Amino acid sequence: MCKGLIGKKLGMTRQFTSKGRSVPVTVIEAGPCVVTQVKTVDSDGYNALQLGFGEKKEKRTNKPLKGHLNKSGAETARVLKEVSVENPQDFSPGQKVTVEMFAVGERVEVTGTSKGRGFSGVIKRHGFHGGKKTHGSHSHRIPGSIGCSAWPAKVIKGKKMPGHYGHERKTVRNLEIFDIRPKENLILLKGAVPGHTSGFVTIRKPKFAK
Amino acid sequence: MEKMKQLENELLRMDLPHFDPGDTVKVNVKIREGEKERIQAFQGVVISKRKGSVNASFTVRKVSYGIGVERIFPLHSPIISDIEVITKGRVRRAKIYYLRKLRGKAARIKERRFK
Repeated sequence: MCKGLIGKKLGMTRQFTSKGRSVPVTVIEAGPCVVTQVKTVDSDGYNALQLGFGEKKEKRTNKPLKGHLNKSGAETARVLKEVSVENPQDFSPGQKVTVEMFAVGERVEVTGTSKGRGFSGVIKRHGFHGGKKTHGSHSHRIPGSIGCSAWPAKVIKGKKMPGHYGHERKTVRNLEIFDIRPKENLILLKGAVPGHTSGFVTIRKPKFAK
Repeated sequence: MEKMKQLENELLRMDLPHFDPGDTVKVNVKIREGEKERIQAFQGVVISKRKGSVNASFTVRKVSYGIGVERIFPLHSPIISDIEVITKGRVRRAKIYYLRKLRGKAARIKERRFK
């Protein structure tokens, strides 16, 4: 059984349950993904499927990638991702994987690249409280003291400071599948997933099933 | 984006009548009690309407036993059985929150007459 699928985040909206409750959902256009390579214990030391998703202009596809895709018969792929698989012998290159591998009500993990925030201060980046806003205070958003004095005479490693924030690989676990639409290749997840709209995400079955 | 719109359009309630802030409406709400389903009415003045496709909502205010009660309904919610427009009100604002400070005779809204 294949354990993951690549998708594109389309954005968030709301849906209503049969009882009339409003649920915030993220819409992901997931699959169909083409199996571009099957990795087995014998050949690679572990079991995995390499999946391809999306479209890329032929002009922008370089020759090594073209050759790799030709092996499986996949015409185009914007992203290639590996997902684990239980029985790799059930899959062959060129086969398609769709959203039908998931079921409504199932819990999944979603991995994506979070929104980039650039160089941010400690309040946004680490959730510091900041200083006073009024009463003559000048320390509104500064981090405050960053350590001791003559001893140890240096800033401790790992001190939370301003710096680049966001645009990193993030995983959200335990998201419930609200609805699946195999016709449109859509999957609706309850809650938010990392990244921008139209960013690529990987939806996986949980590593540790409850 | 097309797919998102399509998804939202499926949920839109096209069967509900048009109403504006200032109108008095009766919202019939489906209420589930165990297995049974019954309908409860909430009648009052629409004091605001929020736009936004499926996220659209409206606020209805009524005065119940001398206490103001406001209820916000998602416009496209399936719990709304139907909406009856009782009277059209003549107001000059889109959000008639000033009604909250008024009581008794002052809190009346003139009815809009059509020629």
